[in-house]
Amino acid sequence: MQIDSGTTAWMLISTGLVLLMIPGLAMFYGGLVRTKNVIGTMMHSFVTLAVIGVLWVAVGYSLAFGPNVAGGLIGWNWDYFFLKGIDESIVNGVPEYVIAMFQGKFAIITPALISGAIAERVTFRGYLIFITLWFISVYCPLAHWIWATDGWLYLSGPKGVIDLAGGLVIHVSAGTSALVAAIFLGKRYGFPHNTMNPNNLVMTLMGAGLLWVGWFGFNAGSTVSSGMDAARALTMTQVSASAGALMWMLIEYIKFKKFTSLGFVSGILAGLVVITPAAGVVQPIGAIILGCLSSLICFYALELKNKLGYDDSLDCFGIHGVGSGFGVLALSFLIRDSWLKDASKINGSNWSNTDQFLIQLKGMGTTILLAGVATYIICLLVEKTVGFRLTKSEELAGLDHTEHSETGYGLINLN
Amino acid sequence: MKMIIAIIQPDKLDEVREALIAADITRITVDRVTGHGREEDVELFRGQRVTPNLLSKVEIKIACNDEFEDIIVKTIMNAARHSEGNVGDGKIFVLPLEKCYRIRTGESGGNAI
Repeated sequence: MQIDSGTTAWMLISTGLVLLMIPGLAMFYGGLVRTKNVIGTMMHSFVTLAVIGVLWVAVGYSLAFGPNVAGGLIGWNWDYFFLKGIDESIVNGVPEYVIAMFQGKFAIITPALISGAIAERVTFRGYLIFITLWFISVYCPLAHWIWATDGWLYLSGPKGVIDLAGGLVIHVSAGTSALVAAIFLGKRYGFPHNTMNPNNLVMTLMGAGLLWVGWFGFNAGSTVSSGMDAARALTMTQVSASAGALMWMLIEYIKFKKFTSLGFVSGILAGLVVITPAAGVVQPIGAIILGCLSSLICFYALELKNKLGYDDSLDCFGIHGVGSGFGVLALSFLIRDSWLKDASKINGSNWSNTDQFLIQLKGMGTTILLAGVATYIICLLVEKTVGFRLTKSEELAGLDHTEHSETGYGLINLN
Repeated sequence: MKMIIAIIQPDKLDEVREALIAADITRITVDRVTGHGREEDVELFRGQRVTPNLLSKVEIKIACNDEFEDIIVKTIMNAARHSEGNVGDGKIFVLPLEKCYRIRTGESGGNAI
């Protein structure tokens, strides 16, 4: 098979762009915690590059994208074991190595997202075991069911569950797990009566900027094409993020008569996560509607969090789970006509927005159920074996001192 | 009037602050400081154990009228002590305070604290 150099070039760039989201996320989260936890929090993002980076090559690609085994529960293909059988393989004009590496970046960033909910209070060893078990038991099955061509959710309805770049596989799964883990671990000492101010909002802003740039590879790369589909996904991503940021700014101005930078970047993220599942099927007006509504819903989800009192420290559930979950469902009613016509043709009879909505609902229910139950069991396991939650004095001293014996900012104290 | 200066471990700041608030002492000033004591700390730098020249501490300053000295010192002492009994929990200094002015009103002495 010939290599399609145009598509391959774009997929290579997209792989790099998604990789850029890891330092982006590290900066985004790192800036939001207190000074004593900046290194530990950034390491939570970076270390997934090492742990999942190796696991993906060893078993992940095979579990997620191998053909059905165990009745479709998971995939497996010995050729994908350590990627040993794909040295010469070309899929749809793209070397399979590129596909494997591109997909691997998604697997890497997903556990890192969860770290936002459990920030400032977990042991590093516990976190390592947690992301390993979570990757095997939540990420790989979900990716297989929703993205592999023989996955049961991929085969639901005429064109499957719509989840372009991981609204379910990545954001709803990470968001649900974040909520479960945050509740399991309990609040940080002093939460909520002590304010926990961001140590460096400048870094958070830069991190959000890098995430936005990387998201072009995330969404437009997920079309695995360098033609019309990629162009559409890239456009909707840009439009939705802008609309989300604008909306959050307006909400804050109406409520507080101020424009905060943290509100602004929260709006960017709300816009980006909502369009992640939908970028392939909606049009610009739909993307603006999704971005705006996502910011509105996430804003009130964060208010509700404060009322309920659980400590999702950096709002992984409140933005990724809620915003992207909303996108997964709402996209059903904003699908472009040509997609529905195509679906009707495959189906043999008319396929409506409501029909697709039910398929989306099925995907969402499955994701929440698997992520919720598995995360609770993993948390319990980690806590009972190596220990997950830091002791009170360790937590008060901070992750940087307790877990890493380092300090993030040498300039703060003379030394 | 007295000036109480306490140098404590950074991880005890929240507990000391909360204990002081519980004892109705709410007017405090907090600084990051570095210094030498008998304590030794170890940090890691590319696989080497290094001893930082100066250790980080937190300094709390409280100006008070004489009758509050005891309660403040006791509160800080109880809250800032680690249970392990290692060196490095810090010091409390009590100094006589000569004058005190409130900038807004120009009041002075014990009323201004």
